[in-house]
Amino acid sequence: MTTTQDLAGHFGPYGGRFVPEALIGALEELDAARIAAQTDPIFIEELAELHRTYTGRPSIITEAKRFAEHAGGARIILKREDLNHTGSHKINNVLGQALLTKRMGKKRIIAETGAGQHGVASATAAALMGLECVVYMGEEDTKRQALNVARMKLLGAEVIPVTSGSKTLKDAINEAMRDWVTNVETTHYLLGTVAGPHPFPSMVRDFHKIIGEEAREQVLQLTGKLPDAVLACVGGGSNAIGIFHRFISDEGVRLIGLEAAGDGVETGRHAATITGGSPGVLHGNRTYVLQDENGQTIESHSISAGLDYPGVGPEHAYLHDIGRAEYRAITDAQAMEAFAILSKTEGIIPAIETAHALAGAMQVGKELGPDAIILINLSGRGDKDVQTAAQYFGIPL
Amino acid sequence: MSTPLDALFVKVRTENRAALIAYIPAGFPSQDGCKKMIKAFVDGGVDAIEIGFPYSDPVMDGPTIQAAADQSLAQGTGAAEVFDALQYATQLGVPAVVMTYWNPIEKYGVEKFAQSIADNGGSGVITPDLTIEESAEWKTAVEKIGINPIFVVAPSTTDSRLAQVTARCSGFVYVASLMGVTGTRTSVSSGAPDLVSRVRAVTDTPIAVGLGVSTREQAKGVAGYADGVIVGSAFINKIIEAKDEAAGIKAVQELAEQLALGVREGR
Repeated sequence: MTTTQDLAGHFGPYGGRFVPEALIGALEELDAARIAAQTDPIFIEELAELHRTYTGRPSIITEAKRFAEHAGGARIILKREDLNHTGSHKINNVLGQALLTKRMGKKRIIAETGAGQHGVASATAAALMGLECVVYMGEEDTKRQALNVARMKLLGAEVIPVTSGSKTLKDAINEAMRDWVTNVETTHYLLGTVAGPHPFPSMVRDFHKIIGEEAREQVLQLTGKLPDAVLACVGGGSNAIGIFHRFISDEGVRLIGLEAAGDGVETGRHAATITGGSPGVLHGNRTYVLQDENGQTIESHSISAGLDYPGVGPEHAYLHDIGRAEYRAITDAQAMEAFAILSKTEGIIPAIETAHALAGAMQVGKELGPDAIILINLSGRGDKDVQTAAQYFGIPL
Repeated sequence: MSTPLDALFVKVRTENRAALIAYIPAGFPSQDGCKKMIKAFVDGGVDAIEIGFPYSDPVMDGPTIQAAADQSLAQGTGAAEVFDALQYATQLGVPAVVMTYWNPIEKYGVEKFAQSIADNGGSGVITPDLTIEESAEWKTAVEKIGINPIFVVAPSTTDSRLAQVTARCSGFVYVASLMGVTGTRTSVSSGAPDLVSRVRAVTDTPIAVGLGVSTREQAKGVAGYADGVIVGSAFINKIIEAKDEAAGIKAVQELAEQLALGVREGR
């Protein structure tokens, strides 16, 4: 089975391009550049070298034996993307796109960020490669993630708080798109997830699929078998596609994405786009969207800024519809419980985004029992969330 | 098929001038206020009206139209109000179209949307984020119902793509004068005449220029080379700046009168 997109970037009925005509030229240029790069040994080696000597790849896997006691006794294996430089999987994509930016002769990158992880990664790559970097971040998120705002500034990036709309990730994307329409000749939009117009969903997936390629080998080496299930949190869905993709053709391996249920999908205050949304168009592609009867985007809610997005990558929409992947929703409370358990049983403080995948593993492990092998993408570390978590658990700062 | 919009461009050609097209979002400043502004447009000499469908994520719009859309959405504006405003405009005897991002059309139902445009006397729909690659269902619907599909082209659009996009257009081709979002500018982009001549080379469909036009002088300049002049943010600014509704209506009508002179002075 394959979900490879067509030339116009469709995954079944999803994906494609819904953008102002002004951006078509830049998207065509980008598509040509990334296709050429995929088969260019110089590009491939340059990126591989950066991953070896800068990102810290391959990232290791860790078997979480004490955490497993909370997950029905199943074997729990963590793919440690939190150990990458900058603390999450996001670096995989930004290094690839920053190299493409240079190949296209552009000197300026813009990026959107929710939790700040993609913004930090983009600022890092820009510093490394001598590019100007502007990061758009919802004003609400700049408050929730003040530490990451400071990190981006230390790295030399300009952070622009976005005050329009709901002042969160979706509005940061709107503002970045407006900047791009205006400055497209000199600027690359370094989109941070597997959404947006073609070729972003395919390109960003291709830069992250190394996660699953490494993990598949590592799990085989450790256990002699493929995992029974692969779990990852899903906001836009980049870390999930990254770890899922190599396993799509392994039909016995269940792929399970964990969305953010916020206060609960039934309350309407959530960010579980596939579980609680419907097909529509947002930010340049057709996918599942949280929307009202007039097609207006509904604000999403989650304790995790990185999952607080009312859309989802079109490949996930398709994997859901064809039944190849399952999507479940995890509430704030369930995620925070898993956050605390992993911290105390394994000495690993996860990102709150990632905690949604861990909470999913606690459910799936109990369903599958002690013989099961569950691979989880530990997509990010929780340093950035210490303040939020301390508040949540009533730890005085 | 010929829509009132098609007939308008035949008429302004015989009068050797450009058409003045004015934009306002439905429900702005209120649904009733929107109708009063439409009346002021017509009284001031506007030739055709674009009713905006306010949308939560307007990536082609600058701060002025974003603010207007937010205000309108906060009052609960939806498809019903858009079609109500459209009907009001067409009953005043001017051609009118709807400008909308794609998702509201998809949510409403593609063919049903085209049918509602026709049922309310509308001539067509401007779709700023619908690419021709994604427009198959829309093409079928507009051809069946007999309304004008209006696409937007930009300075970065290549000649070969201009031919493809304009082949899907009727009524007029919407030429974005510059690379950027909606909003007033101190001068209309110097690239606009060049883009218009590149569009002329590939189509006989009338050409209207938008983005950045706010004054009589600018309208005059654009009317020198285009068939239509589109003004949006300048009107919205007048409404936002006015101390009350009556002052807003007066300012809108006065600006329309000035622009109507401008589109007659260009040639």
